[in-house]
Amino acid sequence: MVTQALLILLILTCLSLLGSSRLSAYIRIVALQGLLLGALTLAVHAKSLSTDIVLLALGSTIIKSLVVPRMLARAIREADVRTAARPFLGYGGSLVAGMLLLPVALWLGWHLTLPHPVAGGLVVPVSLYAMFIGLFLIAGRQQALTQILGYLVLENGIYAFGVALLVDYPLWVELAILLDLLGAVLVMGVILFDINRDFDHIDTSRLSALKD
Amino acid sequence: MPIALLHFALALVLSPMLLSLTHRTKAFFAGRQGAPWLQPYFELGRLLRKGAVFSTTTSWVFQVAPALGLAAAMAALTLLPFAGHRAIIAFPGDLLLFSGLLALWRFAAILAALDTGSSLEGMGASREAALSALGEPALILALGAIARQTGQLSLSGMLPALTVQTWNQAWPVLALLLVTLALVYLAENGRVPFDDPTTHLELTMIHEVMILDSSGPDLAFIEYAAALKLWILGALMAAILAPVSPLPEAPALLLALAGMAGVAIATGVTESVMARSRLNRLPKVLGTASILVAVALLLIQR
Repeated sequence: MVTQALLILLILTCLSLLGSSRLSAYIRIVALQGLLLGALTLAVHAKSLSTDIVLLALGSTIIKSLVVPRMLARAIREADVRTAARPFLGYGGSLVAGMLLLPVALWLGWHLTLPHPVAGGLVVPVSLYAMFIGLFLIAGRQQALTQILGYLVLENGIYAFGVALLVDYPLWVELAILLDLLGAVLVMGVILFDINRDFDHIDTSRLSALKD
Repeated sequence: MPIALLHFALALVLSPMLLSLTHRTKAFFAGRQGAPWLQPYFELGRLLRKGAVFSTTTSWVFQVAPALGLAAAMAALTLLPFAGHRAIIAFPGDLLLFSGLLALWRFAAILAALDTGSSLEGMGASREAALSALGEPALILALGAIARQTGQLSLSGMLPALTVQTWNQAWPVLALLLVTLALVYLAENGRVPFDDPTTHLELTMIHEVMILDSSGPDLAFIEYAAALKLWILGALMAAILAPVSPLPEAPALLLALAGMAGVAIATGVTESVMARSRLNRLPKVLGTASILVAVALLLIQR
């Protein structure tokens, strides 16, 4: 019940990511996704709650909805950008594309054969959907920051997938992925800062032009 | 059948009351006393006693349109079940006729506005057409989603089939549908944040600008049809919000009326806490309604 609501909210956050144009809104939405995923971890395993799972939920929530958004907010403050650069596909077009991806993800998720039945029929489709949206953001937006956010959404999808299969995979794998994520965002933040310092913008479509 | 007729009469009598309720809620929020409860009725009576003035630019279209609009609204009302009871007319697929009648109402309003030859009204008509083109798919998809959820093809079958049981089984779907219908309700009735019903002669308005040239009984027809539309779309929401199905006749009617009042009060609260949205943002908001209902539909497909 709660799981389903969380997953639908996750779908809606993904769609709102496609439709909004302000960078601070992006960061808030991704932070909200982190919060939803933390709650999802608890909700999916509500019947067999262990310290491991609570730890994972807490850790992921802190990293995904506090630490990473803070770092990204600092990055946009330092790079001094407010609105996202014009995307390759407009916001309305992105929303339509996102809408078309949803049935694909649902179909794929419901037809994917998994080693054991997963809690809640929607977890796998929605995690696939978040991965799709993440990839879409990485490919469809030209600003380095939105691409990092796309990477985060992609990771959120992978995390949601992992939550569904947590019975099979130990906690440490999940925690290691989280740590990787933190490291990756850190590195990307530094690169973002360097790109901005060297090129005065973070528009990746213009990076092919060499600067003296 | 007699009960369906009673419900029909009730809707005809009570629908201006929804306007009053919304108005009173807004007055409460603004710290005013507000107009008397029967003010919408007084105004209808005043307009009906007056004579109509027709500009020489207009043709018969302008004179026919208000009556056509009112007829369409009343015909849509005959298809609408209330308080879990069958409507006067019900057949499989009547949900399409229902949305078609609402479209006819809008078509009449747009034609009349264009017929005045005023550029301002033409602008309003164009905005109305643009918004309803976005709102209509959301409405039809929402009705289709309810049909799919309940397995019924008639409004009289599917709205009473929504019960507390349905909320237990598929509450995310119903919640999504409720938000969609709320957005459609606000857009179709020209309420904040889509349009401000209290403004006149302002470049941002949509519904009010289309009726600037109407007067007397014609204006009364238009206003009354608008009140009926408020009732019609509100009843769709109330059917989801307050499922009455297993209750006996009288409590069901009371609960349904309470649902209608709830919708009217919620409209008033929305209008009190929100400002009118920028015109170029409205397509996005209505697009969101379509997206929400599409998500709901996909969830039902499971």
